[in-house]
Amino acid sequence: MSLLKRAGFLKLAVLGFALAMAACAQTPPPNASGSAPIPGSFQDFAVNVGDRVFFDTDSTELTPTSQATLDKQAAWLQRYSQYNFTIEGHADERGTREYNFALGARRSETVKDYLVARGISPARIRTISYGKERPVATCNDISCWSQNRRAVTVLGGSQS
Amino acid sequence: MLPSITRRSASGLILGLASGLATSKLAFGQDNKYFNVTPGGAFKPIPVAVTPFDGDNGAAISGIISNNFSRSVFLAPVDPNTFPEHITNPDQAPQFDSWKSANAQFVVTGRSAPGADGRLQTQFRLWEVASGTQAAGQQYVTDPNNARRVAHIISDAIFSRITGEKGFFDTRVVFVDETGPAERRRKRLAIMDQDGANVRYLTSGDDLVVTPRFSPSSQDITYMSFGVAEDPKVLLLNIETGQREIVGNFPGMTFAPRFSPDGQKIIMSLEENGISNLYEMDIRSRATTRLSQSSAIDTSPSFSPDGSQIVFDSDRGGSQQLYVMPASGGNAQRISFGDGRYSTPVWSPKGDYIAFTKQGASTFAIGVMKPDGSGERILTEGFHNEGPTWAPNGLFLMFFRDPGGESGPHIFMIDVFGRSEFQVPTPAYASDPAWSPLLS
Repeated sequence: MSLLKRAGFLKLAVLGFALAMAACAQTPPPNASGSAPIPGSFQDFAVNVGDRVFFDTDSTELTPTSQATLDKQAAWLQRYSQYNFTIEGHADERGTREYNFALGARRSETVKDYLVARGISPARIRTISYGKERPVATCNDISCWSQNRRAVTVLGGSQS
Repeated sequence: MLPSITRRSASGLILGLASGLATSKLAFGQDNKYFNVTPGGAFKPIPVAVTPFDGDNGAAISGIISNNFSRSVFLAPVDPNTFPEHITNPDQAPQFDSWKSANAQFVVTGRSAPGADGRLQTQFRLWEVASGTQAAGQQYVTDPNNARRVAHIISDAIFSRITGEKGFFDTRVVFVDETGPAERRRKRLAIMDQDGANVRYLTSGDDLVVTPRFSPSSQDITYMSFGVAEDPKVLLLNIETGQREIVGNFPGMTFAPRFSPDGQKIIMSLEENGISNLYEMDIRSRATTRLSQSSAIDTSPSFSPDGSQIVFDSDRGGSQQLYVMPASGGNAQRISFGDGRYSTPVWSPKGDYIAFTKQGASTFAIGVMKPDGSGERILTEGFHNEGPTWAPNGLFLMFFRDPGGESGPHIFMIDVFGRSEFQVPTPAYASDPAWSPLLS
């Protein structure tokens, strides 16, 4: 049950990401006609790999689901090595602002360590914490909080 | 013959001639006050009748004073509908017997109008009803633009005269103004008077900014900002010139800044590789010192008012708790032992309490405890209170409350006994209040 639920959130989150990408000025908008994403594109990463992992309350531990997502991320990032990327660490609103910056940083470092251990060069990785300042879900219950406790892998420009 | 009034000047803003203090003999109080704030919250507020001031600017001034007192907890403005007389000459003693039957313990009279030179002349007299004497009286001459400040200075003079405590009305609050949807909140630094008047914005809203704090000794604030470097950084901003700079040359994210009580240092957290430790920077020499050596999260540091100790929160023991260590670093003692997580400790300017945010299963409370961790008291509890800041007299706190969801935060003020709470008016959602020292 809980697994199913989480999968649902993932799909929603991915959709949110695709919409956000469409609005992003730096990148060409993905094909909006509903055709399959081009392999190696931002959209391919968001839809077919999954750009984010979720954490338990006040935790930085990677769940088996998160590890599976990061394994897929590592494989994709090795294949498409032209991308640098940023890992954004986030916390939910149930913590004080300053502590949550530190918690978000810890989450982004955890993901970075995991990807580096899977062979990704640390030179390609930047980390940043937004604490609780950038929630993706703003309802006031556990379903939203669990979506906000996340680390998001954001693809940057190609390496020059 | 009438008691005289004193003219005073304050920090170049208020021009006037100082003469000898004219205070008549006190009716009570060997220590020159009418009221004892300590030892607890079991007191009855002192009823004070603020009569409408005479003169063109009079009603505005007495209105501000009355509004201040309505949030002062220790003083209670008498309902104007029960005033027994209309004051026609503010220099003359009121009819004490009739004010006594109106249950006023003090009566304030005054006038405010431009003088021949165009400057605003404001004076007040504080009358004690029981003894039938003038307890205080002063005159202020100033630029008309400073009218609100004069009202706050008079409020402080009266508050101090009656309670024997320092005032807190002639102060400002720096805070984060929040607009837009929760997912993409636009945050700007703003400054206002403690009563919500005179809001001025200090940053444009292009960069995400949080946790501003006042220097105790200059026109500077320190805060955390995204967008100025690769990592979010602690900045120093002069609120008069608008000049800003990054604090220290640190490799990672710096956050949770606060000034030392002498204004010479900024203490903050530095995050490297997921670990957050405490550092300080000397503002003059730029020298930086590492103060904690943990492999956990050490953050939200705050100095004791004598500068000898630092309280902070850390999850080094597994969950977030409060610790006190010497200002030079070294051995930290845990002081919080209740149920829940403790964070954002702030030492009272009086030194008697540490205020904090306490997180329970589903609520966030604002509380105080003594610096040794004893005597914990919760002042307000709910979802979601955070980030206390002290008034300079240590009798009041502000904090913000965010109900969450698509809604946003507002700033509230509460007394240290938790008797009364008031929302501070702000133009939009507002969080992270930081109370200034007394301006005068």
